[in-house]
Amino acid sequence: MTGDKKQEVHTHKIGVYLWIWGLLFVFSFFSYMVDYINYQGLLRWSLIVFFMLVKAGLIMAIFMHLYWERWAIVNVLLWPMTLIGVFIGIMVAESYYTFFTRLFYFVVGG
Amino acid sequence: MSQFDIKKLPQGSKGFVHDLGSDQRVFKGVPWGKAMMWIFLLSDTFIFSCFLISLMTARASTTIPWPYPSEVFGLTVFGTSVPLLLIAIMTFVLITSSGTMAIAVKYGYEKNRKLCGWFLLATAIGGLTFVGMQAFEWSKLIFHDGVRPWSNPFGAEQFGAFFFMVTGFHGTHVSIGVIFLFIFSRKVFRGDFDTGRRGYFTSMKSDYEAIEILGLYWHFVDLVWVFIFAFFYLW
Repeated sequence: MTGDKKQEVHTHKIGVYLWIWGLLFVFSFFSYMVDYINYQGLLRWSLIVFFMLVKAGLIMAIFMHLYWERWAIVNVLLWPMTLIGVFIGIMVAESYYTFFTRLFYFVVGG
Repeated sequence: MSQFDIKKLPQGSKGFVHDLGSDQRVFKGVPWGKAMMWIFLLSDTFIFSCFLISLMTARASTTIPWPYPSEVFGLTVFGTSVPLLLIAIMTFVLITSSGTMAIAVKYGYEKNRKLCGWFLLATAIGGLTFVGMQAFEWSKLIFHDGVRPWSNPFGAEQFGAFFFMVTGFHGTHVSIGVIFLFIFSRKVFRGDFDTGRRGYFTSMKSDYEAIEILGLYWHFVDLVWVFIFAFFYLW
């Protein structure tokens, strides 16, 4: 497996990685600043999620080379992850229900 | 690997249909080890998702206020308290090690033995630093603040259980990664991937693509930390 019959590989200029590295630093700094400046409420949550998704996207696309992979493996990996979103939705409803019943029985009594 | 020329295959969505409908193998141009690592990482994604989703459920359904992570994990430096200082440094250390890993993978594919080895070693040391800081954080919370899985002085009791479970599981991943990074940097320096020396465990010849597979694992550990940082520490 060594030498000449090596497959076509992804080798990119080092600048690509340094750029992404720098961007990850910047976005981590921004998400830390959200806490440092102490934004609250919807602004805080949307900024956190935005920076988180940008960082995750950069890591997966560039560092993990998904951007250069064929669609077959990209789709096999990304579609199952969308199911997590469905699970989150289900559990949000569940947790509100639990919260409501707890309030109800703690206050009103069983 | 050599039965087809990957550049002549259809690309994009047509390539997707072509690959799934083709004979022999679906993931064209992807070594089996890499496909297996990706599928393992997908399953690991679900495990960490379950942890973080149950964290969300516990936090949203408790009637007692959740401890405010910004204060719990704050540090006092020179008399001023800085929120989340240690966590921020840990985040930057892990991102740095992810960057060195990406560069190690690049030099691996260019068969640059020495640079690949040095960057792997740098990655391992970064990971070790991260684990060390996590050990410091754990001991501070356990011995100084008295946080337990069943109780803590800050608020809702579930906090301790989730803290130890989520960061502990992630820390375990980092520790395993550090061990493999040290092993593989030794293998690279010794020239195992140039001479085709057989592995001590599998007895198989390996190639620099092993570095990319290890890199996938390490980037995934960083990726999980991005989500833990957002949902556990910042939320």
